[in-house]
Amino acid sequence: MTTGTLTAGRTRFRLPRKQIPVLATLALLLVMYAIGVSQYTAFSNVQVIFNVFIDNGFLLVVAVGMTFVILTGGIDLSVGSVVAMTAMVSAALLQDGMPAALVLVIALLIGPTLGLLMGCVIHFFEIQPFIVTLAGMFFARGMCTFISGASIPITDGFWTSMSQERIGNPRGNFVSISVLIAFVVVVIAAYTLAYTRLGRNVYAIGGNPQSALLMGLPVGRTRIAVYTISGLCSAIGGILLSFYTLSGAPLIGVGMELDVIAAVVIGGTVLTGGAGYVFGTVLGVLVLGVIQTLITFDGSLNSWWTKIVIGGLLFAFILLQRLIGIRYK
Amino acid sequence: MTDSRPVLTMTGISKSFPGVRALHDVNFRLFPGEVHALMGENGAGKSTLIKVLTGVYDTDQGAITLDGEPVSFTGPMQATAAGVSTVFQEVNLCTNLSVAENIFIGREPRLLGAVRWGEVRRRARALLARLDLDLDVSAPLGSYSLAIQQMVAIARAIDIKARVLILDEPTSSLDAGEVAQLFRIMRQLRDEGIAILFVTHFLDQVYEIADRITVLRNGGLVGEYLTTELPQLSLVEKMIGKELDVLEGIEEHSRRDLAALEEGTPLVAVSNFGRSGAVEPFSLTIHAGEVVGLAGLLGSGRTEVARLLFGADRTDGGQVAIDGTASSLRTPAQAIDHGVGFCSENRRAEGIVADLSVRENMILAMQAARGWLRPIPRRRQDELVDKYVKALNIRPADPEVPVRNLSGGNQQKVLLARWLITEPRLLILDEPTRGIDIGAKTEIQKLVTQLSDGGMAVLFISAELEEVLRLSHKVAVMRDRQMVAQLANDESLDADRIMQTIASGSHREEADR
Repeated sequence: MTTGTLTAGRTRFRLPRKQIPVLATLALLLVMYAIGVSQYTAFSNVQVIFNVFIDNGFLLVVAVGMTFVILTGGIDLSVGSVVAMTAMVSAALLQDGMPAALVLVIALLIGPTLGLLMGCVIHFFEIQPFIVTLAGMFFARGMCTFISGASIPITDGFWTSMSQERIGNPRGNFVSISVLIAFVVVVIAAYTLAYTRLGRNVYAIGGNPQSALLMGLPVGRTRIAVYTISGLCSAIGGILLSFYTLSGAPLIGVGMELDVIAAVVIGGTVLTGGAGYVFGTVLGVLVLGVIQTLITFDGSLNSWWTKIVIGGLLFAFILLQRLIGIRYK
Repeated sequence: MTDSRPVLTMTGISKSFPGVRALHDVNFRLFPGEVHALMGENGAGKSTLIKVLTGVYDTDQGAITLDGEPVSFTGPMQATAAGVSTVFQEVNLCTNLSVAENIFIGREPRLLGAVRWGEVRRRARALLARLDLDLDVSAPLGSYSLAIQQMVAIARAIDIKARVLILDEPTSSLDAGEVAQLFRIMRQLRDEGIAILFVTHFLDQVYEIADRITVLRNGGLVGEYLTTELPQLSLVEKMIGKELDVLEGIEEHSRRDLAALEEGTPLVAVSNFGRSGAVEPFSLTIHAGEVVGLAGLLGSGRTEVARLLFGADRTDGGQVAIDGTASSLRTPAQAIDHGVGFCSENRRAEGIVADLSVRENMILAMQAARGWLRPIPRRRQDELVDKYVKALNIRPADPEVPVRNLSGGNQQKVLLARWLITEPRLLILDEPTRGIDIGAKTEIQKLVTQLSDGGMAVLFISAELEEVLRLSHKVAVMRDRQMVAQLANDESLDADRIMQTIASGSHREEADR
């Protein structure tokens, strides 16, 4: 038996298979951008891209957290409500005159705590993440209206300065602080997934939880960690949203969890877990943002067209994943 | 190699589960640099012994030593750390991760918390080179065949300084070439002084690779033998537990006239049915009213044949004719349309719906055959169910109790009734009498005879040769996933001859051509 025959079992096109969904998303993004540039002259302004980031910075952060969860094969439906709750709590506490720094700390603790609790329930009671996070979603949304039935404006100096601060170049192009924060989150998340044991365990669990357990990996701890991370990202997202809107509204972010899941899946992360990248999620969020921008530029199309296009894309991408994934079976 | 001290000993191991004595006073020893096969039929206690060894189960009695020191592992992880690694039948790795990562995940070399990927790949290449494997370590594991995956699992196991390597049925899903690769690596590791415990159902493989054989039967130790001193036939005898001359004395029941049955057009005739990795292509004809027995050791491919005939697995090729007309059996729905019924071996997982009542379980197949839009009237249901509860003597005779409350034998009868209600023309019974008491067993055997007298064709799968002989017109013998012979059940056929066929595969040539 020569070593030559041992390599013969290899499949032919292994090279880019893991990256195909991400590359497809990238291609799609470029095509959409090209369409925009060719149709509307104003589209070529770099600020259009920056605005996509400014408008979707909070979404990006939440989507990064969701990426961790989906990579383990789970789902977190509570993110939209947690975003809203974080914004509501911040607005309410600031209205009561609490110092901004303390408000930030409290607001950033709520999301991860809820995530930790949901993760524990999912792990220790072996309950489907779908139903546990659905409960979390209702709970957080209920808390929002419990705090206030109406929107609470934020007038705090720190918040308004964060909201209005523009970081830009002399030509007038700029991004907000939120965008920088979102980028920091993205970089930390990408590093965590690629280079830490926690990150690698996330992929292993998504690939085969049973095997991960038999290989001695801390499956329970990792699973709880991803929901906590998702909670933390939602909390950060909530803060960024409150920077953006300068208010806390009880009904903001309804259905956001679905946009986030769509962005993550369009970004190439497989819903059954085990494959995907944070970079893909960035692309997925950009796709969503560019679609919105295109429809805004057009002016004649109803904003619901965004949903229709996203629906079609989502469908195409899960089909693509399935076609690639079939070979794994 | 027998002169050296054993690296591992297990003495007086006993283990009971509620109602079952899984192991009783079993001794086992393993020497460095040997491949030691652990043999026995299913339920003989092989898996229990391995689980006791690796600490998945506690022992009730007995002692384990590793290098002369008494040990008691609390779980596979601790056993692995002590140098006793296990590679399971199912490859327990993550196919979405790279080869290198699968070998090192959980103990990657790190620098300040960051995984050093270069180092991981370098070490993985070095380790695989030791096994003489040339793989792209950064390719996803899923892009390699199962055999390679199995070897990566071995690489992961031996990297943890293994001195004892347990391979639990590693070859069950490999083809011949892949098995050869695996054996090459096993020999190499053996020559490096690693003690290998090898569990398999394949007799040929044992004689090809093993230096020593320990046979278990019904949780007890039959004996430890050098492979060279134990002929294949004796091994089968020891596994089954009956001396051949004893078997020869079995009373012969009425042999049915095969020739008369085989005159007409066969009900089902398949040719070149097979599925790679499951069963080699075979041809088989079954006539109306004929009982075809399928004999062979567990794992020899009996169930796989049944699943192909029922369309539960798809055949790779070949033809099927039903009543002489070319047809196909690609899905269970098609098979049911053609009047094929299948009572699976694994009644808990694949047959019985434990929470439904006896009545609901019984009408399931008939309802499925009619289509869900045409419900069976309740009165008709009650009639049918009453009839079969009586005919099969199902106890308790209350059609509304959940099936979970019935004994194994009665559950089996309910499953039988489910298919009988649909009045199949060919009924496939996979181990219908396993694990049920002798009374229920006799009733089911009687029923099979009655059904075939009534014109139903039956494919009867059983590990018990007496049973197969008593019921069948024709016996097809499976061995190492091949149908090696089809023997008419006439005066010349006895358990001895079937057993010889199982052991030696002497009819392979005529069956294959």
